[in-house]
Amino acid sequence: MKLEKESRTLFAVAVVILILLYFLPIWRIDLKAPQYPEGIGLYILIDDIRGQERNNLLSVNRLNKYIGMQAIVPEEIPELQIMPFILGGVIVIGAVCWFTGRRKYLTGWIILLVIVGIAGLVDFYIWAYDYGTNLDPQAPIKVPGMTYIPPLIGTKQLLNITASSYPASGGVIAGLSGLLAISALYFDKRLKKKRAQ
Amino acid sequence: MQSKYNYLITVGLVMVLVAAVFIGCPRDAEVTHEAADRVYIAPGDLDEFYAFMSGGFSGQVSVYGLPSGRLFKEIPVFSVKPEEGYGYELETKDLLMTSFGHIPWDDTHHPSLSLTDGIPDGRWLFINSNNTPRIARICLETFKTMEILEIPHSAGGHASPYATMNTEYLVSATRFSVPVPQADVPISTYKENFAGTLSFISVDDNGTMDLDFQLIVPGFNYDLASSGNGPSHGWMFFTSYNVEEAHTLLEVKASQFDKDFIAAVNWQRAQECIGDGQGRTKEAEYYHNVRNPDTFMSESTRKTSTTVLEPDNCPGVMYFLPTPKSPHGVDVDPSGEYIAAGGKLASVIPVHSFSRMLEAIENEAFEDHVNGIPVLDYEATIAGEVQDPGLGPLHTEFDNRGYGYTSAYISSEVVKWEIGTWEVVDRIPTYYSLGHIMVPGGNTMEPYGQYLVAMNKSSKDRYLPVGPKLPQGGQLIDISGDRMRMLLDFPLIGEPHYAQAIPAEKIQPNVKRLYDLHQNQHPNAVRDVTEARVVRDGNTVHVYMAAVRSHFAPDNIEGIHVGDEVYFHVTNIEEEWDIGHGFAILGDKNPNILLMPGETKSIVWKPDRPGIFPFYCTDFCSALHQEMQGYIRVSPEGAGTPLMYGTGDEMVTR
Repeated sequence: MKLEKESRTLFAVAVVILILLYFLPIWRIDLKAPQYPEGIGLYILIDDIRGQERNNLLSVNRLNKYIGMQAIVPEEIPELQIMPFILGGVIVIGAVCWFTGRRKYLTGWIILLVIVGIAGLVDFYIWAYDYGTNLDPQAPIKVPGMTYIPPLIGTKQLLNITASSYPASGGVIAGLSGLLAISALYFDKRLKKKRAQ
Repeated sequence: MQSKYNYLITVGLVMVLVAAVFIGCPRDAEVTHEAADRVYIAPGDLDEFYAFMSGGFSGQVSVYGLPSGRLFKEIPVFSVKPEEGYGYELETKDLLMTSFGHIPWDDTHHPSLSLTDGIPDGRWLFINSNNTPRIARICLETFKTMEILEIPHSAGGHASPYATMNTEYLVSATRFSVPVPQADVPISTYKENFAGTLSFISVDDNGTMDLDFQLIVPGFNYDLASSGNGPSHGWMFFTSYNVEEAHTLLEVKASQFDKDFIAAVNWQRAQECIGDGQGRTKEAEYYHNVRNPDTFMSESTRKTSTTVLEPDNCPGVMYFLPTPKSPHGVDVDPSGEYIAAGGKLASVIPVHSFSRMLEAIENEAFEDHVNGIPVLDYEATIAGEVQDPGLGPLHTEFDNRGYGYTSAYISSEVVKWEIGTWEVVDRIPTYYSLGHIMVPGGNTMEPYGQYLVAMNKSSKDRYLPVGPKLPQGGQLIDISGDRMRMLLDFPLIGEPHYAQAIPAEKIQPNVKRLYDLHQNQHPNAVRDVTEARVVRDGNTVHVYMAAVRSHFAPDNIEGIHVGDEVYFHVTNIEEEWDIGHGFAILGDKNPNILLMPGETKSIVWKPDRPGIFPFYCTDFCSALHQEMQGYIRVSPEGAGTPLMYGTGDEMVTR
């Protein structure tokens, strides 16, 4: 069954806006501590982890050293190398699906998008769990029973630091893309029903 | 006339004594709780103005906030400062170089903010030193002294620096005339052999100073200066006293004449004359010391000549305006038309008119000539006299509503008077013995007329006593209304001569939080712990050291011997705001050095006995600051201990 013109346009927008993910941070981790009135935090991009302000990543690594957390070295995280290709795949497949103009391909692309999204979040949590629990036994500061897993989403108190983790602009766009694709599907059904009358 | 002034002084002294008798009675009855609201800056909030106070005999500049009167910083300028290593570390040592050698102290007097279109632009602060005449430039991004220029052919560099409208020039005039060039002559030959100089120092777009020319002038005592503004741009005014040319007991002998002079100098005319070849090159010896912001290093250059100009060879370059009586301050109003003088022994404040001065020159209304310099007729230049201005009027500042404010030393008060009517409209006592006053922007074309800071020479009972040497007292006065109101007392460092203030927003956004480690071009910097190393070259050892939370690299060094000269080049490789480190070694005859993020500093240590010498971080940096330490092993001369160094378990052997 072919997609209606309007829903096909929505589908196109859903695919195209994903290109922005190459430029915008997907996730953000904000750290608040009494001695950082200026704020400190990280952005997770499709291919990088970087400080929200210059040198923030260095600062985070120097602070984490005290609790024995491994340094975050973006070059050593293989996912950051692979993710741009996965995103590229999602966009290309989306384009092909759009080109066919068939509704079942739209449905298929939505399922793909959801799977990739969930996989990304699971991977993020695995890394966060590893950083937060795999601590250097020689760390100067050891708090019995304490782990430092940052929240996947939401806010958590880690010693003197209040860590908040939320989707950044890229994450919002990814969500929007999914919503647009789902609404394309939904409106397509309604339009067809309307036009059949 | 003389007896009249003695009478005034006597009255003044009696008033001081009377004031002393009444110490303990309720004073400042007009100060209410409302004053507290005006000066209270709630925790976490910021002040409206930066105020830069000269430190006088401290040799430094102190930075305060207004209206709170809170002290933020003491910037080392002409005096060494062991607190941070200034003047000892290799990077700043050369800044204090002069033709007399390395001088660890001076007497700062008059800060002057750089100006664009007659308004402070927040780029630099200049300040003079009086004892060994010099001018320093402080960068207002880092609050560091970046340049010091010595002024030759001068002694007592008091009338200085007083920037012109677009910071084309700074000036420095001789307070203590001396033979030019210096010579071994009897002091009693003062009139024949002594001269003054009025030096004009150009400032380029980078702030770099250069002694452009010196006017050779009669051997009076040149006291203070003020630059023309607007219509009077291109002119500089200097007060003088001791036109009697006395060389001993000046307190009496230099107070004989009814009038001394304001010297009005047309520096644009001087430029023309020099352009026409009227100047001549004169031998001189002076030092120009400049600090490079990228390498942190300072470099001293010895200069050997200046361009001098005799007023005789340049008609129209200079005129004398007779002014009663031993005038101290000379202050041009924001319009550039009026020139107020503070005759410290005078009973009026004479205010000259710039336009009338030009007319008098045009009409050749000269009453005399001194060394070929025309002396203008007093009546021809005067615009008005402020009657009853208090005893011992010294300095005038202006607001933006057409009023002048003059400090009176003997009667300890600020006198407010109106430009044009020359009438005193208000007065307020200060505690005690008022010297300079400062209205933010009050010497510029756009004063901010909310506050006036009084800088008192004496504080007596204003603070809890701290022994015979008391702090000198700053007082903040509200001048926004018709009546002046006392708001706040705050102690000052050293002797506050003049001050400057500027709205915080003109400086705050440009202030550096740290030095960019990647832009650090210090020849001996390290940018990472992996670059840390120790290198021996004969008896010289260079330690290239990194400081980073919470260790030094290297932190164990062996193979140093008695007799070695050990250079420590320490770089703070932090790249985070307000993470400073310090470095000090047991028994070192240097003070500690303080290192801000991205900064490199060097000191030379000469171990004179074998043993183990700990070093440590002196600036609390982190939770494990107390652990930030290391050891140096010093062996006897010739012991042959191999050079080894490291951090952690691995030692590198050289």
